[in-house]
Amino acid sequence: MPEEKSAKGELSRRQFIRASGAAVAASTVAGTLISANTKADAAPTVPAAIGAVDVSLKVNGKAHTLSLQPRVTLLDALRERLQITGPKRICDRGNCGGCTVMKDGKPIYACMMLAVDAHQSEILTVEGMGTPERMSVIQEKFVEHDGLMCGFCTPGFVTSVHAVLQKNPSATMDEIRRGCAGNICRCGTFNRVFEAAVAAARSGRGA
Amino acid sequence: MQDVRWNDPRTSRYLGKSVPRLDGPGKVTGAAKYTYDMVLPGMLHAKVLRCPHANARVASIDASAAQRMPGVHAVITDIAGAGRFAGQEIAAVAADTEEIARDAIRAIKVQWEVEPHVVSTRRGMRDERRVGRPREATRGQDPESLWSSAAAVIEEEYYCPVREHLSLETHGLVVQWQEPDRATVWLSTQAVHGSRGELAGALGIPQQNVEVICEVMGGGFGSKFGPGVEGRIAARLSKMTGRPVKLMLERYDEQVASGNAPDALMRVKAAMSADGRLIALDSKIWGTPGNGNNSGIPMPYIYNVPNFKTWQAGVSTNTGGARAWRAPDRPPASFLMESVVDELANKLGLDPMRVRQLNQNNQVRNRQLELGAQLIGWENRNKAPGSGTGRYRRGMGCALSEWGGGMGQPCNCDVKIGTDGSVYVGIGTQDLGTGTRTYVGTIVAEDFGLPLSRVKADIGRSSLPVAGGSGGSVTAASVAPAVKDASMKARARFLEVAAGLMNTSVADLEMRDAKVLSKSNPANSMTFDQVCAKLPPGGIQVSGTTLASLQQGGVAGAQFVEVEVDTWTGRIQPIKVVAVQDCGYVLNKLTAESQLIGGVIQGLCMALLEDRKMDEPTGRMLNPNMETYKVLGSLEVPEIVPVLYETHDKVAGIGEPAVIPTAAACVNAVYNATGVRLRTLPMTPKRWFEATETNQ
Repeated sequence: MPEEKSAKGELSRRQFIRASGAAVAASTVAGTLISANTKADAAPTVPAAIGAVDVSLKVNGKAHTLSLQPRVTLLDALRERLQITGPKRICDRGNCGGCTVMKDGKPIYACMMLAVDAHQSEILTVEGMGTPERMSVIQEKFVEHDGLMCGFCTPGFVTSVHAVLQKNPSATMDEIRRGCAGNICRCGTFNRVFEAAVAAARSGRGA
Repeated sequence: MQDVRWNDPRTSRYLGKSVPRLDGPGKVTGAAKYTYDMVLPGMLHAKVLRCPHANARVASIDASAAQRMPGVHAVITDIAGAGRFAGQEIAAVAADTEEIARDAIRAIKVQWEVEPHVVSTRRGMRDERRVGRPREATRGQDPESLWSSAAAVIEEEYYCPVREHLSLETHGLVVQWQEPDRATVWLSTQAVHGSRGELAGALGIPQQNVEVICEVMGGGFGSKFGPGVEGRIAARLSKMTGRPVKLMLERYDEQVASGNAPDALMRVKAAMSADGRLIALDSKIWGTPGNGNNSGIPMPYIYNVPNFKTWQAGVSTNTGGARAWRAPDRPPASFLMESVVDELANKLGLDPMRVRQLNQNNQVRNRQLELGAQLIGWENRNKAPGSGTGRYRRGMGCALSEWGGGMGQPCNCDVKIGTDGSVYVGIGTQDLGTGTRTYVGTIVAEDFGLPLSRVKADIGRSSLPVAGGSGGSVTAASVAPAVKDASMKARARFLEVAAGLMNTSVADLEMRDAKVLSKSNPANSMTFDQVCAKLPPGGIQVSGTTLASLQQGGVAGAQFVEVEVDTWTGRIQPIKVVAVQDCGYVLNKLTAESQLIGGVIQGLCMALLEDRKMDEPTGRMLNPNMETYKVLGSLEVPEIVPVLYETHDKVAGIGEPAVIPTAAACVNAVYNATGVRLRTLPMTPKRWFEATETNQ
């Protein structure tokens, strides 16, 4: 198995690990810089995993090839390997919808799919829908209507609403509720999630 | 300095208005980094081996195979010599990846000496060694002497099961040990300052050398005050390896070992006079907080009962330990008392709402009842409970609540104004999803007449000025008055400089639209930035502290629930909930309403679904996952009308109280709809059918 990849847009394990340090130092919350205080020379030493295979994924428009053990879920590949942490690991068995992502245009639970089974597919996560500075209409409406509290289930709900509105841009309340039936929120944001989704549908600006 | 007061909401720009939360954009786009999302260079992943038995001693433990596995960096096997519940922490490993850590845990061989166990309150209460010292209280005459003279008497048993917090972000942390004696810890916690001590203890370093960071967190509901066993494990592993260690509980771990709300088995006899006044009550309550035997259900809660005798005791069982749970002990207290009052009122054919007004003194609550009744359409309830016909039957119920919500630990807060026009407010509190960060910013923006985007609100780190843990609904009432104090002090200093520059008095100045204006001469004005540029070098830096005069505890609430019962299937669907909540001065209408809505939904979950199930033969939890431990979903959530009932001009906390009366009101609504009284929660279809056979 080749250790370094040179194809365009793909990252080798080593390059990726180097990049991941930078990603931590630059991660922000509400504009706050989280300083990791890590020494640059604290090099990670992830050993070559036994039985790893190459998996190609296009995530939020960027191509990646990862060397992964077949048991690694799509969710863990996104979160741990690519640091795309919008999709959350909550139940890890397809009960809560916190890990919902769009795969080839359809919403799926990323914890219920092995990364190898997503080989050569296109994944869209909340990160690919908008940024804090340039939110999608749905994201904007979630903030405006307070369709979130602790926010841990929120990326899953945003993605489910995205899937509903993609199918029917003027979705009804009933369709929105059904579209979110696979998502659990513990703080109790449902009502305002629905309000946000209806407002997004009425905005006529698409998903 | 003159008396500090809250800004008049009639003229304010932010306070009392609906302001979208500051961390919203980060949360909806995945940019917000939770503890669970942290990845540091060289970071190891830790996993925990848990006792599979409800009660067992470790006879021997062999971790040599785990230690030899490639990628394993540290193994701990001395966490506990025995497991006193299925799920107790026994050993832990740190490895390069989560997968390797899981493999290593499986490779640890333990010989167990299994001992007898008890996992249910009903079995435990029969063994006096497991029953704690009872808490007893009496008032007035012995109830025994009063039953015969009462117009109505009931004698019943009620049961409310153990419920879980079910935080979506599991408990956990990332510890970064820094030689020789420092540590940075990212922790999903309700107390960044309060968590330092336990971590420092595990690391053997001074508390000041530990920084705890929690910028955002995925729910706590009372279960996340200290770093706990997992926190101490991760701290040790990081120090042993010299590497950052991440330990997030798995969903199973979370549900067996990270806290719950005790159950309550309640045997009650109560009496009412013909005109609807409670005469006497005799209650006995048992509940299990796990491996302990304390108990604290307030009885008879909010009601005036002239003659009562109450008794309660905790029952120790081999189950995961209880922790504070959103308004600890009040939801079961409300379920019990509101059921009793409702049963007696209905027995006498009286209006349950009027009977409530007769039996408690709080005039705020009595007015809330009137308002709630109007909003739900109380006159449309079944005047004769269960009198409807057809498959689907609707009914209404109500219930009341009381909570503290005043000041907790006094906080400190820093406000800084830079000569470059930068505005900073820092306080070492944390935002559980309640909107804390947002009001920390809006209070300062309001006082300085600045757009919120110009204020940097900094929270969630223990290096910031000290603030208490977020529990007991005290956060807003402790944090906001400290921010206000610092803000007003900074404002006074700022205006002194401005008055000098503008040749007028401080009293003549006002601030709005990022300008300082003379009230007497509108032509005399400066921009905020112009004044900042003239501040002394270093700008303004002030500290504030919680002003007790800006907060007030003691919040009342009343809720009404309308349900629809499918009499063919026994399924109960809530239709509408009206939650009228005393909340004092509202800092942010939008997030305050969300708190009420969220409390109601958790209350409905308690009424209809939540139930930790223990298996007596094996002693294990049967539903340690989100598939079989059920909560409400998007198809079941009803219309919810949150009503912020402002009773005074001081800040009060409302994080918890809305959860208290919902389940009780729901139980009463089911009775009103069908004439069937359910005395065991949750109200499953099976229980509804069983109840139709015994008490219709």
